[in-house]
Amino acid sequence: MAREVSRRRKTVVTIIAWAIGLLIFFPILWTILTSFKTEAEAIADPPSLFFFDWTLENYEVVGERSNYGKFLWNSVILAVGSTIFGLMIAIPSAWSMAFQPGKRTKDVMMWMLSTKMMPAVGVLFPIYILARNTGLFDTHILLIVVLMLMNLPIIIWMLYTYFKEIPVDILEAARMDGASLKSEIIYVLTPMALPGIASTMLLNIILAWNEAFWTLNLTTINAAPLTAFIASYSSPEGLFYAKLSAASTMAIAPILIMGWFSQKQLVRGLTFGAVK
Amino acid sequence: MGRITLKDVTKSFGETQVIPPLNLEINDGEFVVFVGPSGCGKSTLLRLIAGLEDVTSGSININDMDATNIPPAKRGLAMVFQSYALYPHMSVRKNIGFPLKMAGIEGAQATKKIDEAAKVLNLTDYLDRKPGQLSGGQRQRVAIGRAIVREPDAFLFDEPLSNLDAALRVNMRLEISELHHQLKTTMIYVTHDQVEAMTMADKIVVLRAGNIEQVGSPIELYKNPQNLFVAGFIGSPKMNFINGTSALEYDAHTIGVRPEHLRASKSEGVWKGVVGVSEHLGSDTFLRVNVDGIEDGLVVRAEGDVELYHGDTVYLSPENDSRIYKFDRNGQAI
Amino acid sequence: MATQHSRSAAKLMNAPAVFLLLVWMLVPLCMTLYFSFLDYRPLRGVYEWADGFENYARFVSSSSFTDSVLTTLIMVGGILMITVIGGVLLALLLDQPIWGQGIVRILVIAPFFVMPTVSALVWKNMFMNPVNGLFAYLWKFFGATPIDWLSQAPIFSIVWIVSWQWLPFATLILLTAIQSLDSEQMEAAEMDGASALSRFAYITLPHLARAITVVVLIQTIFLLSIFAEIFVTTNGAFGTRTLTYLVYQRVLESQNIGLGSAGGIIAVILANIVAIFLMRIVGKNLDN
Repeated sequence: MAREVSRRRKTVVTIIAWAIGLLIFFPILWTILTSFKTEAEAIADPPSLFFFDWTLENYEVVGERSNYGKFLWNSVILAVGSTIFGLMIAIPSAWSMAFQPGKRTKDVMMWMLSTKMMPAVGVLFPIYILARNTGLFDTHILLIVVLMLMNLPIIIWMLYTYFKEIPVDILEAARMDGASLKSEIIYVLTPMALPGIASTMLLNIILAWNEAFWTLNLTTINAAPLTAFIASYSSPEGLFYAKLSAASTMAIAPILIMGWFSQKQLVRGLTFGAVK
Repeated sequence: MGRITLKDVTKSFGETQVIPPLNLEINDGEFVVFVGPSGCGKSTLLRLIAGLEDVTSGSININDMDATNIPPAKRGLAMVFQSYALYPHMSVRKNIGFPLKMAGIEGAQATKKIDEAAKVLNLTDYLDRKPGQLSGGQRQRVAIGRAIVREPDAFLFDEPLSNLDAALRVNMRLEISELHHQLKTTMIYVTHDQVEAMTMADKIVVLRAGNIEQVGSPIELYKNPQNLFVAGFIGSPKMNFINGTSALEYDAHTIGVRPEHLRASKSEGVWKGVVGVSEHLGSDTFLRVNVDGIEDGLVVRAEGDVELYHGDTVYLSPENDSRIYKFDRNGQAI
Repeated sequence: MATQHSRSAAKLMNAPAVFLLLVWMLVPLCMTLYFSFLDYRPLRGVYEWADGFENYARFVSSSSFTDSVLTTLIMVGGILMITVIGGVLLALLLDQPIWGQGIVRILVIAPFFVMPTVSALVWKNMFMNPVNGLFAYLWKFFGATPIDWLSQAPIFSIVWIVSWQWLPFATLILLTAIQSLDSEQMEAAEMDGASALSRFAYITLPHLARAITVVVLIQTIFLLSIFAEIFVTTNGAFGTRTLTYLVYQRVLESQNIGLGSAGGIIAVILANIVAIFLMRIVGKNLDN
């Protein structure tokens, strides 16, 4: 069905597509390049794209800032922690809704989704005051729980769509083979759904890593992740372009790479299965 | 031991009752085939026995123990699925060994059992492959192997051959029959293919719309079908049914004659007709004959070298009056 | 495969998720509702019942509310326009056979993975800064006077930044939808003599309608609560205060909890109106 397209047309389309792609990517590229410049070169007039003295100085400076490591570590803890916690709750839940659907399953799923629609600002103060009063403000555990709850509906939905693709026969076979519910999930369902679980995990890490409402409002120092670290560059440090760029590059690099790997599966999670 | 008794078992999905009250006795070591058209409830019945579905009412006894509320894993049964339902992420060895692992049997004892099963099923060379690398027949054998190692009280087969091509199906049919002779374990086998039922079963259960139409050995069902449905379902090609005056001569509402019990002649006979299609198979020839007054026409089995072709006039008559089946207005055998 | 055993197990396994989400949704929302009927200003030590719906009345009648709703509408509308139209065009482009398609895809999708605070800061400082920003150089290069984007065209600037982040999302989803279009349908239309334009109008676009709706609804829900981009760039100044930001300021900056909570409830109601439409579409998908 795929047809031969004329070479000339393909060339033209290729050039246009690459130009647009590079244009969209340019801010990221520019940030990465600037991170290797000296501060003087970063604001040089005219700006140079590639021909400057490459230096790692900015990374050293940012890395040496006593707290950078802590922010990075916090980001990792929050993203990974909320993801693992979320999966522990979401896998059984998605299992039960995918393989034991009842009359109300659809309503439950829609209701779960609806919690995601609630604007965070509507519950900002209660969460804030509860955090303050319980002494959980600016702790990892609070942020892990909040980020987990925020993304839980997405994880459940995404897993649900993956589980739905696993033939029920195989789970029944496990049951006939003497597997308990626990063994059925551990030895049969989870390994079979592994690709789906992996991309769900990836999406959740990305979302948690980039979350910038709760992380900004519920942390000060102890549990503050990179979102807050970068926001602190808002002024006047932000005028040190090279350092800002180095910090930014370090903040986005891991997620960029993860995102590229999982882009094909993301659509499903991001649209709750409405577009496949 | 594998004695299974169903007592007044019913199953409803919501408002619709798919199995009306049903009683059935399956004896130890028997090869029982549930057969019927699709949607007749045969698979549901099997799943009720397996415990994959709850009965709505009634009870299921396995070896004289009430198993109605026992989960499938603890009923001591093994099942082979239509889709094979192999674990795609496990090697053949692990697939076959899975029930053992679940039973807590591991190490040398498990290896020995897996190897034995693999030998019986000619899978020894494939033990390290994944199911995806196997052919349909091999996958089927792995599924059977997984059932064998469990040493169940009874095997349940849910249309196990319907995903195989015709040649392989005949082969596997023989293998399963052989397995039954070897193991002498109760087997319950669901199929919509009456040939499988006839060739494999000790006892056939013919189902329609959840009702048992007749239970009996293949030959009993062939010789004495209790009603039109069973008569039409068992035997291939299917029995010819004739209504109207011809039937009245036999004091019946409908009479039935199997194609193999009809004689074709070019000169004389009871029914005169014209050959529609003649299928020369070499060993036999099946003639589809259009006869005035018989709506569906008649099918007759003739010699392989019979010289009758499309458009020829032919006379048909029953071989012997005792081979004519008589049914009343309600379709019951007289 | 439904038996009594498995069904009760299923209920048990679904319980933690249901319970947690229920708590997460109900407790804070009820508290906000409660606070919205209080005159609660911790900095001044005021904590008493407000006069009925006073907070709601005050919140809605203040000019900052009208302004913020207008700002929100303009921002969300602008971003939706750019991302949906841009997304359709980009998706059509990326659907064509090109060399290095995978790489172009990766380039286009990248902005979606950039942390909101990073993208806001990079755009603010390195591109939109009137002295050292790249745009300033560009303007100077062509002999124009550099623009102080964030104070002279603040809403446009934020729309621009957020659109850059969300264009990949729209593109990715629309591209997936386009690729699911049956190519035989296209070929049949071509055999019937339909031009490229009418093929787009009569086949591609209707096929995309559903995906576009999904993109619009999901983005709306996320965009109604954009926060970090405003927080980092203008901090709500220069008329960039959206409803979300207004509520945030009332609650955490001026610590007028009652008023802010009333605003929060209003934001929840508005967001739910959008959500209902989205849920209908997603819900339909569950049936098949």
